Amino acid sequence: MEKSIAELRETFKTGGTKSISWRKSQLKALLQLINQNEDSIFKALDQDLGKSPVESYRDEVGVLKKSVTYTLSCLEKWVAPKKAEVPLLFFPAKAEVMPQPLGVVLIFSSWNFPFTLALDPLIGAISAGNTVLLKPSDLAPACMSFLVETIPKYLDNKAVKVLAGGADIGERLLQLKWDKIFFTGSPRVGRLVMAAAAKHLTPVTLELGGKSPAIVDTLSTTPSKAKVTAKRIVGGKWGPCTGQACIAIDYVLVEEKLASTLIELLKKTIKRFYGENIKSLKNISRIVNKHQFQRLVNLLKDPDVADSIVYGGSVDEEKLVIEPTILLDPPLDSEIMSEEIFGPLLPIITLKNVEESIDFINSKSNPLVIYAFTEDETFKKRILSETSSGTVTFNDSMVQVVDKRT
Amino acid sequence: MTSEVENKPVICTESAKELVKELRASFATGKTKSYEWRLTQLNAMVKMMEEKEPQIVAALHDDLSKPELESSIYEIAMLKNSCRLAVKNMKHWMMPEKAKTSLVTFPSSAEIVSEPLGVVLVISAWNYPFLLSLDPIVGAIAAGNAIVLKPSEIAPATSLLLARLVAEYLDSSCIKVVEGAVPETAALLEQKWDKILYTGNGRVARIVMAAAAKHLTPVVMELGGKCPVIVDSDINLQVATRRIIAGKWGCNNGQACISPDYIITMKDYAQKLIDSFKCELERFYGKNPLESKDLSRIVNSNHFARLSKLLDEDKVSSKIVHGGERDKENLKITPTILLDVPRDSLIMNEEIFGPLLPVFLVDKVEDSFDVINSGTKPLAAYLFTNKKKLKEKFVATVSAGGLVINDTTVHLAEPTLPFGGVGDSGMGAYHGKFSFDAFSHKKAVLYRGFACDAFVRYPPYTRGKLGLLRALFDGSILGIIRALLGWSKA
Repeated sequence: MEKSIAELRETFKTGGTKSISWRKSQLKALLQLINQNEDSIFKALDQDLGKSPVESYRDEVGVLKKSVTYTLSCLEKWVAPKKAEVPLLFFPAKAEVMPQPLGVVLIFSSWNFPFTLALDPLIGAISAGNTVLLKPSDLAPACMSFLVETIPKYLDNKAVKVLAGGADIGERLLQLKWDKIFFTGSPRVGRLVMAAAAKHLTPVTLELGGKSPAIVDTLSTTPSKAKVTAKRIVGGKWGPCTGQACIAIDYVLVEEKLASTLIELLKKTIKRFYGENIKSLKNISRIVNKHQFQRLVNLLKDPDVADSIVYGGSVDEEKLVIEPTILLDPPLDSEIMSEEIFGPLLPIITLKNVEESIDFINSKSNPLVIYAFTEDETFKKRILSETSSGTVTFNDSMVQVVDKRT
Repeated sequence: MTSEVENKPVICTESAKELVKELRASFATGKTKSYEWRLTQLNAMVKMMEEKEPQIVAALHDDLSKPELESSIYEIAMLKNSCRLAVKNMKHWMMPEKAKTSLVTFPSSAEIVSEPLGVVLVISAWNYPFLLSLDPIVGAIAAGNAIVLKPSEIAPATSLLLARLVAEYLDSSCIKVVEGAVPETAALLEQKWDKILYTGNGRVARIVMAAAAKHLTPVVMELGGKCPVIVDSDINLQVATRRIIAGKWGCNNGQACISPDYIITMKDYAQKLIDSFKCELERFYGKNPLESKDLSRIVNSNHFARLSKLLDEDKVSSKIVHGGERDKENLKITPTILLDVPRDSLIMNEEIFGPLLPVFLVDKVEDSFDVINSGTKPLAAYLFTNKKKLKEKFVATVSAGGLVINDTTVHLAEPTLPFGGVGDSGMGAYHGKFSFDAFSHKKAVLYRGFACDAFVRYPPYTRGKLGLLRALFDGSILGIIRALLGWSKA
């Protein structure tokens, strides 16, 4: 391991990675890797997570291809120094801000979008001119093996390396000095990564998670809008890796009087998208492993929580499948309402008035995304100014990640 | 030194917790988010400096024997400019920035909204105790946060004055000063902050970041390093010398994060350079610099002892070619130049932060880059030359927080340039709009409507949908048409 990192440092020192032509060649090679290995990528995702090709293309392959082509088209602009104004006091002086690579970068990726979360940060690191060590998650082993075997065939081995392994390898990597660490995963491990980085004063980017709520205020508009709302909620919960996504809808907030309408719409949509029951379930990923399966099953063990199930709840331990499950008003102090769910269970919390969602969301820690289905411009403004989240998306779910400019 | 013994409330973990709770409640009222509140605070800060300049200058003189000119210009005037720039531009900075959207999310609109992070902690340093306390606060206020300032106890007169002035001029329900030393800082660091900006040294920075890690608090670290000055031979020697002197001894007597730390020049140019220094130093500080009023003193006996140790090292003490006189009682060391110090001496490996200037020799000027890159990345690096190619190589090869060609330190005064380090010299940056950004969260917002709901996203997943998705992501209208007609590869 130390030898690999020493090689990455040596390569960086030679200055090769700083050239625009090197960066472009690596990005083009990455695009080729994706284009030429689509079927293997689909296969690995199916093996690790039961993802269908459409989901895999929509959330991983397509997103990555877009990311590479966007980066290639903007690279020269991004790399160019930016002129800065100089006050009269310093006449005649010129000033500019010049982007420079940090050096040797460590990327930890997660298991739920094993390609996107490994290669999208890699695209950034390469385009900025760094050398990189990528440590994919061993909880998606087929994808990890694919990356370990395939990346060396396309990219510059002296500048981009992939290391297989589990938490122990991760810990050893964290003892070493990096110029930047990019981590995607849970807040718990995020703290460990940052604490390790602190010893070397290494800057970090931490992509974590949280309980991303969906506020629903559009059910009393036209039936077509209500249907679209339901589709987007279902698509935003069970569409991405059966809810195992940082930006999946975690729970829903809706006015009491509209709860039953919403639940009926959701049930219809779930059946249409994924099948009538657990035996005929299709178009949906599975739970990644037994540990996560057990964690999710345990969330339903609390009798008050189990009582609040209004749809679904069946599980298949052998196939690691939990059917799409809706709960109505589980106790607010239950684990399912205090921990990030990261799975196919959707609590619906009712409020007297939809405006109360703002206080409800603010009583918890800042989520990664707030989804708000509303056409009330005043309410939209209030949500924007009175809550704090990574992102806010109005009237849809999930799609905000595809827009490269936000 | 004036001594005012007061009963200062000592902060402990419990009271630090209460303090943060109080500020969170203030922040939750939304008060700090309003443009009017931010404007009032910034204007009050300008007023404070206009009305209290003599007291500020006096405190800085107590703590550092800082000459009045340095205090008035490098601390007060710089800070006033910072406030005025924020007042002038804040409305514009606060406006959401439109972001383009693509075919994949058509139809939609997007923007990036700047929102305050919440309750932030600013820990400042002793060398520019006024500026380094309030300049970050300008940014934090402009971005709409509630703030706790922990000034350095090593500049006690300024710390006390800051506590008084902030309480008198600013909104104490949202901006507080906590005085104290290590125990008080530790108590503050146990709390959860939404951002911490720390100015100081690498050792304490690691402690601050480790504490921040427990709460996943993002940090800006303004640290230091050995800022090198490469001096080529084809320059206006007098101007270059003066600018190096101004950046070294003119900035708190070398006790500044961006002061030139050491010089690299060619063997056969060194004598000429040193002669120029001797001449200009005498012009600036007289024949007896120990008596000059235009030099700050060494801040305290600890640092005096540290600097003495650097000079007394065996392989270094014989290399002094100018200065070297010390006055322990008054904590003064004259501008000192050392020639041809060994690469492995202490003075060439630790940040000097004082009035000692080693000159390191190379055969040719291009060799300087390897010397610089063999050490940790500094906060600033300086090059004096007229050669275009050398300038280009310097900018491309040397990694430092900031670079200046043919001058020293002045980039700090440039609000359009981000001020911060890289690697061991720090992370993050501030000044000008960068301060506003440092204390803001840039929230991505996507607006969608209900029209044109793309069925292709939803199950049941068919090969046709796969084909259409491909075309959509590729962004080609022709591709989309083909897919809709069923002619494309699924």
